[in-house]
Amino acid sequence: MMFQLDYAAELLPILLKASLITIEATLGGMAVALVLGLVLALLRRSRHAVIHTPASALVEFVRSTPLLIQIFFIYYVLPLYGVRIPTLACGIIALGLHYATYTAEVYRAGIEAVPHGQWEAGRALSLPIYRIWRHIILPQALPPVVPALGNYLIAMFKETPLLAVIGVHELLGTALREASQTYRYYEPLTLVGLIFLAFSLVTALVLRRVEVRLAGRS
Amino acid sequence: METLLTTVIALAPRLVDGAMTTVAITLLTAPFAALFALIAGLARLSHVRTIAVAAVVYVELFRGTSLLVQLFFMFYVLPLIGIELSPWTTGVATLALNFGAYGSEIVRGALLAVPRGQIEAALALHMPPNRVLRRVLLPQALPAMLPPFGNQLIELVKATSLLSLITISDLTFVGNALAQTTGRVTTVYILLLAVYFGIAYTLTLAMRALERRYGVARTMAAAR
Repeated sequence: MMFQLDYAAELLPILLKASLITIEATLGGMAVALVLGLVLALLRRSRHAVIHTPASALVEFVRSTPLLIQIFFIYYVLPLYGVRIPTLACGIIALGLHYATYTAEVYRAGIEAVPHGQWEAGRALSLPIYRIWRHIILPQALPPVVPALGNYLIAMFKETPLLAVIGVHELLGTALREASQTYRYYEPLTLVGLIFLAFSLVTALVLRRVEVRLAGRS
Repeated sequence: METLLTTVIALAPRLVDGAMTTVAITLLTAPFAALFALIAGLARLSHVRTIAVAAVVYVELFRGTSLLVQLFFMFYVLPLIGIELSPWTTGVATLALNFGAYGSEIVRGALLAVPRGQIEAALALHMPPNRVLRRVLLPQALPAMLPPFGNQLIELVKATSLLSLITISDLTFVGNALAQTTGRVTTVYILLLAVYFGIAYTLTLAMRALERRYGVARTMAAAR
């Protein structure tokens, strides 16, 4: 079977349009992961066992179970209890929740790397705990972990095809839909692979730039 | 009236079958992935340019695209160009190649972390390069690889769930089928998550035991 260039050319605009959904899912998922991950990281640092134990348990559990099942869970189980969410939003929540458990670890590493004296200085000035976090700890903890967070952005981007299983027409879902109409899988799947490769290489280059810039600033 | 317990008991045999398949896929894939990681990790450090470039291409190709896309490509496209593989072979090969690509970075990092003086000393003693690798480099690099490889093993368990999408009746496949046929969606998916967690946790404990036996801390103590 030969790779048909004209069929590929016909598919390319459709797939590029679908990649917008992929990007939307990635950015949405990353936004959830960045916020929820920070919340989880802060909860895990709580002095109270009632707070840090469930947070740690949640992180461990979500990290150790497949994203695919979590997607099914949010898509099939939540509506049974009256929680109706649009399909793409289900995917974004699943991606965000899953990756929040990874970003939580990244944040934790960043927070633990802030020298202890910074805490003591903040307390010595009797700053309220909120201001210590907001103005002293986080501004020092976050910039060094940006590259690690960026890697999870790329990782999440590559997991968005899983959303095809619940009918999100992102890249892979669209390619499979097209393929099922023409019975040609070669061109759609190859193009999806190439588009992913192109995106990954570009983001990797951009991230390296950001890394260099951040390193230069400190 | 059917209680939760009777439902769980009724579902158990098929879930256990599925779980066995998931564990089998994981244990079958892991050694191949480790082998590919070792080969690609070493190849990237090769002085022969063609070998190093080939390794970079392999690693970037598999790290740059999505695992699910790779699986579907192997499953749907390879037969079209005359390569007929069973779903099992397709699944295990794709997982192993994908995780091998990620693992090669771990191997490379661990090898580069061995102090250069060690290699120089071995070469000064006229050790042939392959013995330097076997007797000097790998014994020092392997303990450092254990913790990241442990993490990769958990990622592998999770990734095996994707094979359900290429018709392999692993835990996810069985679970989806049970959710549809029994209508006990909530129970089935919670059980699925619990079983996956159980498998992952058991492997985490096993890897920790391995680290205690062969990990960096232990080897450092023995060297003292």
